[in-house]
Amino acid sequence: MLAPPSPVTVEIIVNGTPRRACVEPRTTLVDFLREHLGLTGTHIGCEHGICGACSVLLEGEPVRACCLFALQVEGLSVTTVEGLAPARGELSRLQNAFCEAHALQCGYCTPGMLIACHDLLARNPRPSEEEIREAIGGNLCRCTGYQQIVDAVKLASGQEAAHG
Amino acid sequence: MKAAPFAYVRAESLDHALDLLAAYGGEAKPIAGGQSLVPMMAMRLARPALLVDINRLPALKGVAVGPRCAVMGATTRQRAVEEDAALHRAVPLLRAALAWVGHVQTRNRGTVGGSLAHADPSAELPLAACVLDATLVLQSRAGGERRLSAADFFLAPMVTAAEEAECLTAIEWPVWEGPGVACAFEEVAIRHGDFAMAAAACQIQLDADGVCRRAALGLGGVAGTPLAFPDLAAQLEGRRIHERLAQEVAEAAAARSEPGSDTHADAEYRRHLAAVLLRRVLLRAAGAPARAPI
Repeated sequence: MLAPPSPVTVEIIVNGTPRRACVEPRTTLVDFLREHLGLTGTHIGCEHGICGACSVLLEGEPVRACCLFALQVEGLSVTTVEGLAPARGELSRLQNAFCEAHALQCGYCTPGMLIACHDLLARNPRPSEEEIREAIGGNLCRCTGYQQIVDAVKLASGQEAAHG
Repeated sequence: MKAAPFAYVRAESLDHALDLLAAYGGEAKPIAGGQSLVPMMAMRLARPALLVDINRLPALKGVAVGPRCAVMGATTRQRAVEEDAALHRAVPLLRAALAWVGHVQTRNRGTVGGSLAHADPSAELPLAACVLDATLVLQSRAGGERRLSAADFFLAPMVTAAEEAECLTAIEWPVWEGPGVACAFEEVAIRHGDFAMAAAACQIQLDADGVCRRAALGLGGVAGTPLAFPDLAAQLEGRRIHERLAQEVAEAAAARSEPGSDTHADAEYRRHLAAVLLRRVLLRAAGAPARAPI
C-alpha cells in the first residue's frame, strides 16, 4: 500500500508572475488559482469538463482548469481572465465588446467565454460566425444566450454584428 | 466534486513509469491529457491511489509518417494531430474523426492514446482505430512490448486488453498508398463535441473510373466496443458505391449492432441512426473529391 499523500509545494507562472503554494496532489488547477492564490476570476461550474467556465490559457492554449491537477502544470505558464486586460483598471478590446454587446448577464460563464474568444481572435483576427460558434462550442451559457456573445466577438474583431 | 486523495509522481523516463506501474499494479494509473481520467476521478468513478504522469516524456510524443504506417506516440495531443498536414494526407480519417471530438479546450490537452485507453464505446478515435485496423503498442517491465490490433484491444465499455502494469506507448495507423483515398465521419450527439449516440466512419479508395478498390467502415456508440465490418467493406470492392449498395451495406451493418437504451435514445433509434449515418458517410466519401487540398 502507498502512504497517504502529503501536500507538496508547486510553482506555476500565473499571469507572468511565479506563484507558489503547498497543495494536496488532488488539487485541481482551478482550485489552486481560486483557493490558494485568491484569483477568483476563473469560475468553477461542473468540475468535470463539460461547462467550460474554468477555461484558462496554458502555455497560450485554452484548456479546462478543472481537468488538470495543479502539480501537472508545475513550472508552466497560465493566463487567467485577470491576465487578459492590458493594465489594472482597464479592459481588453474583447472585454469592452462584451459590455457593449450585452454579452453577459449573470457573468458565470464569462471568464471561460473570454478565454475561448481571446484564443480565437489570437489565431484568427476576423472569424466568421460559424468559427465563433465553433470556438465557444465547449462553453455553456444559461442566461444571456449565445447571440450576443457572437456579436461581441464580431465587434471586437472590427466586423459589424448581425444583431446590433 | 473533488477527486479522492492520491499520490502523484511525474515519470522521468518511460522505464521509470513502467517501474511504478509494475510496483503498484492496479493501484496506479498513468495520466496523460487527463481529459477522460480526471472527470472520472472527479465523479469518483475512478480512484487510483497513484497517478503516474507521463505527459513530459518526449519518447511518447510525436508522429512519424512512413510509407506503410504512421507511428504516433501515445501522448500526442489531439490538437497536434488535427493540425498535422502530412499525417492528414497519410491517414485522412483521423482529422475527420477529430472534428467531432470534444472542444478546442479538451483537444489541446487530450491525447490520442488516452482516448483509446479510456475505451468509451461512443468515442470517435477508438472507432477510427477499429475501422483502419490500427495497431496498439503496449509496454510493461515484465512483458516488454506487446502489439494488439484495435479489434483485440477493445473488449467492453471502458475495458481494454491492457494489463495493469502495461502502458500504451504508441499507435500505428495504416497508410493507404496510392491516389483516390477519401473518407467521411458522421455522428449524432446531444451537443456537438459530446460522445455520440451513434457514429459512422469509412475510408475508401476509388480508381480513376470511380470503382471502389479498397474500403473500411464501422459504427460507434451502438455496442460495447466500436464495430468494424471488414466483410461488408469487402463487398464494396470492385463496385461503384451508389445509393442502393450504400443502403444495403449500411442496413447489414446496423443489423449487427447491439445498441443500448438510455434517456437520450432507445436501441431502435440508435440502430436507425447507425444505418442512416453509415449510408451517408459511404456516399459522401464516394462522391467527395479524393484527397481534397489541405
